[in-house]
Amino acid sequence: MKAAGVLDNRNVLGLLFLLPAAALLLVFLTYPLGLGVWLGFTDAKIGRDGIWIGLENYEFLWGDPVFRLSVFNTFFYTLIASVFKFGLGLWLALLLNEHLPFKGFIRAIVLLPFIVPTVLSAIAFWWIYDTQFSIVSWLLTRMGWIHSNINFLGSPNPARVSTIVANVWRGVPFVAICLLAGLQTIAPSLYEAAAIDGATGWQRFRHITLPLLSPIIAVVMTFSVLFTFTDFQLIWVLTRGGPINATHLMATLSYQRAIPGGALGEGAAIATSMIPFLLAAILFSYFGLQRRKWQQGGRD
Amino acid sequence: MASVTLSGIRKSFGATPVLHGVDVQIDDGEFVVLVGPSGCGKSTLLRMIAGLEETLDGEIRIGDRVVNRVPPKARDIAMVFQNYALYPHMTVRANMAFSMRLAGRAAAEIDARVNDAARILGLDDYLDRFPRQLSGGQRQRVAMGRAIVRDPQVFLFDEPLSNLDAKLRVQMRTEIRALHQRLRTTSIYVTHDQIEAMTMADKIVVMNAGRVEQIGAPLVLYDDPANLFVAGFIGSPAMNFLPGRLAEGGAVVLDNGGRIGVASTAAKPGQAVTVGVRPESLEIAADGLLAEIVVVEPTGADTQIYCTLAGRDVNVVSRERHGFAPGQGIRLRVAPHKALLFDADSGARIR
Repeated sequence: MKAAGVLDNRNVLGLLFLLPAAALLLVFLTYPLGLGVWLGFTDAKIGRDGIWIGLENYEFLWGDPVFRLSVFNTFFYTLIASVFKFGLGLWLALLLNEHLPFKGFIRAIVLLPFIVPTVLSAIAFWWIYDTQFSIVSWLLTRMGWIHSNINFLGSPNPARVSTIVANVWRGVPFVAICLLAGLQTIAPSLYEAAAIDGATGWQRFRHITLPLLSPIIAVVMTFSVLFTFTDFQLIWVLTRGGPINATHLMATLSYQRAIPGGALGEGAAIATSMIPFLLAAILFSYFGLQRRKWQQGGRD
Repeated sequence: MASVTLSGIRKSFGATPVLHGVDVQIDDGEFVVLVGPSGCGKSTLLRMIAGLEETLDGEIRIGDRVVNRVPPKARDIAMVFQNYALYPHMTVRANMAFSMRLAGRAAAEIDARVNDAARILGLDDYLDRFPRQLSGGQRQRVAMGRAIVRDPQVFLFDEPLSNLDAKLRVQMRTEIRALHQRLRTTSIYVTHDQIEAMTMADKIVVMNAGRVEQIGAPLVLYDDPANLFVAGFIGSPAMNFLPGRLAEGGAVVLDNGGRIGVASTAAKPGQAVTVGVRPESLEIAADGLLAEIVVVEPTGADTQIYCTLAGRDVNVVSRERHGFAPGQGIRLRVAPHKALLFDADSGARIR
């Protein structure tokens, strides 16, 4: 009877239900994050516990041209890839929202790049970008556009473009499907009302579609930016950060320094220095693009 | 303002025909209600007039202009949608101003017309609110305001009151009607509610299964329906129908042998007919036909008596107060000119 009495208490019961989720978060999220941040302030190496060295890792990284290049690369990669993912994703979503034959089938196909494991698609791109066996080079040669194979991953700028293309290919379905879901929540009668009000196709897009889609665009693009900023698998499979560190992102550099390089403390410091940028992106979308006044119910 | 002429309008969605040749003439300044059960094609017809559905077969004229291939925005019409279709991200003011803004009108003119419409509809205090912050009735008014500011040739209403509660519906009915009396803009109004049709229309178009059953003023349809469908659809409580056979001497013999005297008619003796009698045309009289009372419903102003006569449900509306009880017998009579005859097979009226 007594135990039942304790369990009847709403607060006790609530805590009890919270416990598994809280435990999972603490063990698998908070602990590794805290450990990572702490490691960044030590000179830990693989096989040797570090001692507290304060900001020494960060001071070193500040003067490290490779780290600086990786920050630039990360921003460049994220910015260009996100712009293209948004543009292509929105375009695809608008297309799929029209009355197409085999609509369900086409939508399923669009999702394909998203469901293939990243490493697999990265290996496929590795072959597409191969210096000798690239299908792109082969095709362009056949069409007579080029006379020697393209060195996709062998020199800095082509490698940057190639990795961005692969990332966009992989990221577009997520954006497209989310935006498509958003488009389908817009009542068709709004477009009809706008058509009667005299809006052209472009004006309907500009005055109805875009504003009504903007909350979903904000959420989707925040996620897309976060995913891109922290991208690792694709780069690691395609270029390992090369050539001459031209495609090294902060995530790949952090891994390279920490695990193969053994400098756990320094790697952790690189990873930790991504946090402010990610927080900034989240805060930007939270404050800048949060729910508009018109979305809130009730009276003022 | 303009007249609207529909001639030979046909429409199919895929292999399913929904309109089978509709002809309607709507005069300048008239308030016409398209009424019919759901699926009769009335909304499709309205959307074709608006240009939201293609018109491939037949001809739609607004004024003297054939508009079959004219896009909605160039038809000079305004439409009020069932779900209002207000732009949720725009204030009431911006909603009403949208069409004029697109047309590139001067800000001063836009302001003046929006304020004018807001005053007419009592929306002055709500101009800076978003649709979310308005009640159903207010949203309905904004939707009408958006139509009014454009000062169009024709107003189109697509079941505009069906999302409102019963009380508000009655109130908005009167408001729309008053608005029409003030603006005198040709209006086409679609509803499935025959009371709305009766109370609002100058002219009712009764539709059923893609065809026009009858066109006429409300009371003409009530008193002089062209067929069984119109007779049964218009009027609440509905008209009573009793099957029988026309006998010599101007009377219909019912299934149970009872006789109802009818006015002179084109029907031949021996022909199978249906007699239609409005509930208020049935009088309680000692020399009438015997019916059995099932339920008595006093509403205060009058009393509805449900009974069975010759195996049929019959509804009587009496202005007097009676002490009837269920199971009791009652004798009903109808004046010959109040008994309407319909062909039992085709349902067409026999005059």
